[in-house]
Amino acid sequence: MKQRRSILATLGSIEGLPVLGILLLLYGAFLITAPSVFTKHRIYMSFLQTVPPPLVLGLGLTLVITAGEIDLSFPAVVALSGFAFSWVFTNFDTVWAPWAGVALALAAGALVGFVNGLLVAKVGVPSIMATLASQFFWYGVTILLAGGLQLNIKEVEETVMHDIFTGRIFGLIPAQALWGLGLAIFLWFILNRHTFGESIIFVGDNPNVAQVMGINVEITRIKLFTLMGVIAAFAGLLLTIEMNVFFPTQGQSFLLSAMAAVFIGGTLISGGKGSVIGTLWGSYIIGSLQAGVVATGVTSYWVQSVMGFIMILAVALNVVIGEGRLSGVSDAFRRWTSSSRSHVTKTAMETNDTAL
Amino acid sequence: MVDDSAHSYALQMIDVNKYFGPVCALKNISFDVGSNEIVGLIGDNGAGKSTIVKILTGVFPPTSGELYIGGRKVDFRRYSVQKAHRYGIETVYQDKSLGEKQVLWRNFFIGREITLPFGFIDVKKEKEIANEIMINTIGFRGKGITVDSKVSELSGGERQGVAIGRAMHFQADLILLDEPTVALSLKEVRKVLNFVHKIKEGGRACIYISHDIHDVYEISDRFVIIDRGEIVASILKQDISLKDLDKFLLEYAHGMKDKAEDKS
Ligand SMILES: Nc1ncnc2c1ncn2[C@@H]1O[C@H](COP(=O)(O)OP(=O)(O)OP(=O)(O)O)[C@@H](O)[C@H]1O
Ligand SMILES: [Mg+2]
Repeated sequence: MKQRRSILATLGSIEGLPVLGILLLLYGAFLITAPSVFTKHRIYMSFLQTVPPPLVLGLGLTLVITAGEIDLSFPAVVALSGFAFSWVFTNFDTVWAPWAGVALALAAGALVGFVNGLLVAKVGVPSIMATLASQFFWYGVTILLAGGLQLNIKEVEETVMHDIFTGRIFGLIPAQALWGLGLAIFLWFILNRHTFGESIIFVGDNPNVAQVMGINVEITRIKLFTLMGVIAAFAGLLLTIEMNVFFPTQGQSFLLSAMAAVFIGGTLISGGKGSVIGTLWGSYIIGSLQAGVVATGVTSYWVQSVMGFIMILAVALNVVIGEGRLSGVSDAFRRWTSSSRSHVTKTAMETNDTAL
Repeated sequence: MVDDSAHSYALQMIDVNKYFGPVCALKNISFDVGSNEIVGLIGDNGAGKSTIVKILTGVFPPTSGELYIGGRKVDFRRYSVQKAHRYGIETVYQDKSLGEKQVLWRNFFIGREITLPFGFIDVKKEKEIANEIMINTIGFRGKGITVDSKVSELSGGERQGVAIGRAMHFQADLILLDEPTVALSLKEVRKVLNFVHKIKEGGRACIYISHDIHDVYEISDRFVIIDRGEIVASILKQDISLKDLDKFLLEYAHGMKDKAEDKS
């Protein structure tokens, strides 16, 4: 009995497992409905190529939402960083130009994020308003700087930079997929094993508690928005370098999909709990749906409805069996096993007593 | 009995004023707490009790005045919550002490994590120590509460137990309890009062704030009564019975009301 309970509890507490389940179910369904497409590796490679930019955005957003905030300005940062890179790349014909472009792009993202952070933490503007305004402002600035035109950077394909960011590993796997995975692992450690992450979680849980426990709430928020700006700029770089072109509207389509991925992944909208791994799988769910549904041969009119249905399914599943919300199932188990369980705990405590 | 602690103070506040804009929240507050003394701070809503607590814990500085903690003068320009922790001051609030959605081991170390290089948290060590605090300091036994339990799964009294246990573990010389029993059942209040008795036995000092005069009377050595930002009385427990204290507070409240009515 006890073993069964602990297996269930363990499964429930593995981060992102329900979301991964949905992703696999989805691919299973596509394998049945569109075998000609989904039995070949091409489709998966195309997912690994297109999902990373919104995935990277979703990962950053996971931290922001965990802190009880929101950032709506990242589409503008994707555009601004893409422009910054492309501008440096086309205007300077030297070996270091691509690197300078990357540096400028990331710095631009940091600047946008830092200003967002100041507005939210110092001035006290609610983040939804501050970052919405910021989205309009920086998107406008980008269009102005670019003169409303796109920039072709075809030559970027010949640079080492291109191979590092978006090359094909073994001529097959898009490098950006590894960047996405690497960032997910890195941010998991930051959120769950680093003091900065713990500050984020407590600020999101209850900023008053965080403050009286000695966390600098303002600094945490400023750092967080700055980090989000840098991450969004990185997503912009991955996108621009992969496509070999910058266009002013790039990034605008990521706003809702990146947010959907975060919520599918099990991050709480109220803050205090975020799932980086959930966002990883959630991004692939969102990124696979469109292509998958189209491949099954139903008319494309269905795509939106199916996407909505899957989102609801994922979020509901998270609520029902997600960590800490196993309540219905685990309560039943607790009732069934209560007598043996309390006995076990007591003896454990007694052993502890004698040991101490 | 000549009490040595009468000569060593956990804290001395001298002529402290605090304004929020034009609003005067504290006016010439001077009082002290002995190093093993439990002081009950009593006063109406908005009297300024929480404001005193927040100044002591470095949440914000006073507008003017001096503060000595364990004999050391506090420099308010460099004072902060972390500094207060280092000076041995810990605070337990009714609802601001613990992150509800978080596990207990995180709550024990929030703001002063045990770290590995580069700011990463030593989870194993934190859990070990948290477990020890729970068993030895707080005395949670056989309740199925573990370091991985979430705060939201605990009863109100247990939550305050965790917060007080945390304070005692970190060697606080002075523990401030700001309405720790609000919204608790009698049974849970009893648990909290027992934790406060442990503070006294442990040789530490405490400021206890509550609107329940019975609770305050039971655990305090002395009562400091504050009204609209001013201290109006400081009475040793041995000099007053619960009944008289109750009567004093009632009469005082009425007296103020009469005065107010006279004015209008
Ligand atoms: N941050 C603040 N800004 C402005 N005014 C404040 C602030 N904090 C407290 N005050 C004011 O200072 C006065 C004292 O408040 P305080 O919270 O210290 O009262 P209290 O004695 O703790 O009351 P209660 O028993 O209701 O908790 C009140 O008039 C309150 O409105
Ligand atoms: Mg108060």
